[in-house]
Amino acid sequence: MSYARRTWIVLWKDLLSERRSKEALNALFFFALLLLFLFQFALGDERERLTAALPGLLWLGFILSGLVGLGRAFLAEREHDCWEGLLLAPGDKSAIYLGKVAGNLLLMLLVEAILLVLFAVFFNIDLAAHPLRLTVVIGLGTIGFAAVGTLFAAMTAHVRARELLFPVLLLPVQVPVLLGAVKATEAVLLGEPLGAVGHWLGLLAAADAIYLTTGVLTFDAILEA
Amino acid sequence: MKRLQRALGWLAVAGLAAGLVMAFGVAPREATQGNVQRIMYLHVPAILVAYLAFGVVLVASVSYLWGRAAGADRLAHASAEVGVVFTSINIATGAIWGKPTWGAWWTWDARLTSVSIMFVIYLAYLLLRAMIEDRERAARFAAVLGIIAALDIPLVHFSVYWWRTLHQPPTLLRPGSTPMDAMLVAALTINLIAFTLLSAYFVAKRVRLLKREQEVLA
Repeated sequence: MSYARRTWIVLWKDLLSERRSKEALNALFFFALLLLFLFQFALGDERERLTAALPGLLWLGFILSGLVGLGRAFLAEREHDCWEGLLLAPGDKSAIYLGKVAGNLLLMLLVEAILLVLFAVFFNIDLAAHPLRLTVVIGLGTIGFAAVGTLFAAMTAHVRARELLFPVLLLPVQVPVLLGAVKATEAVLLGEPLGAVGHWLGLLAAADAIYLTTGVLTFDAILEA
Repeated sequence: MKRLQRALGWLAVAGLAAGLVMAFGVAPREATQGNVQRIMYLHVPAILVAYLAFGVVLVASVSYLWGRAAGADRLAHASAEVGVVFTSINIATGAIWGKPTWGAWWTWDARLTSVSIMFVIYLAYLLLRAMIEDRERAARFAAVLGIIAALDIPLVHFSVYWWRTLHQPPTLLRPGSTPMDAMLVAALTINLIAFTLLSAYFVAKRVRLLKREQEVLA
């Protein structure tokens, strides 16, 4: 079985089980809605204040839903004793990692799309002015998040206090990605071309490359029983 | 091995004593900041030693994943602890220096921010180690995190630098931007050597302690 095929099988399995149970997506949708309420209560009605804080809030929303969503990335394997199945899978284990990253990436992009729509509707903000630029920034920011998040989710799956340890590991490492993503989103929402935030996009791409490469190279060591 | 370690300890003591003499006796009073500037002889070596320690964590982590030698894991563990201690010394002395000089304990300036992010990343590293009971598993996971943490440092550095400098050019005092007196440089160098010896001693001690711990638990 080829490497790509093994990656696809892991991805397909996760997508199928999510499509049938809709466990993560339903809860995450509701969670995203609740976040919007919280942001509104925290910042009040003033439109200027909301607009100024919007890029930060947007990414705060992405990160918080990402923490909830990614934290359970290996829950099915752990709870249903399928961890051994992963271990017994033939060939290079990094195929499993890439499949999981792809699944998490799709899940996060979906939740982010929902959050964007919610923001646009409830805060009356025009997010559709430069959809392509926004997609590039969000995509680059999310890949890194999903890559390192998947790695840490696998790490913390077996730890007693994993709900606590997962965000504690992920958030500090994600600071540069968050910083770059917020700054680039801010510029894009102000209508600036992508060239103006080239250095930030470079940083995000570098982070994506670093996290993905490290994940591929080290996942084997994490998966071991 | 033990005698070597003891020698290292005494060398560190001698170096620290010489460093103190240089910092308080020989180095001249800085013209604008006065005696407050002397905290630099503690502040700067502390962070350089911390960076060195985190570099050792990276090398030891890679080497652990490669060969699975328990010694490499102990070295990574000990170095991370020493690095965190020296980073906190750096942050604390920076705050003490900042209060009279800048008028604030803390500002979100580029260097402060990136050092504090690095600090929390390695605190998380130690937390991960503390929260996994199985020693071998803790070693593997920590090695992965040790690699990611080290690779994250340049990302943190650039992101924070751009974040700060694109907003407002640095207006605060920059110790390195003016030519330094030769005695000042000498005091700094001696303290740096002393701190390097001290941290090597700490790491060696901690590695031994970890080994003993594991022998007892085994």
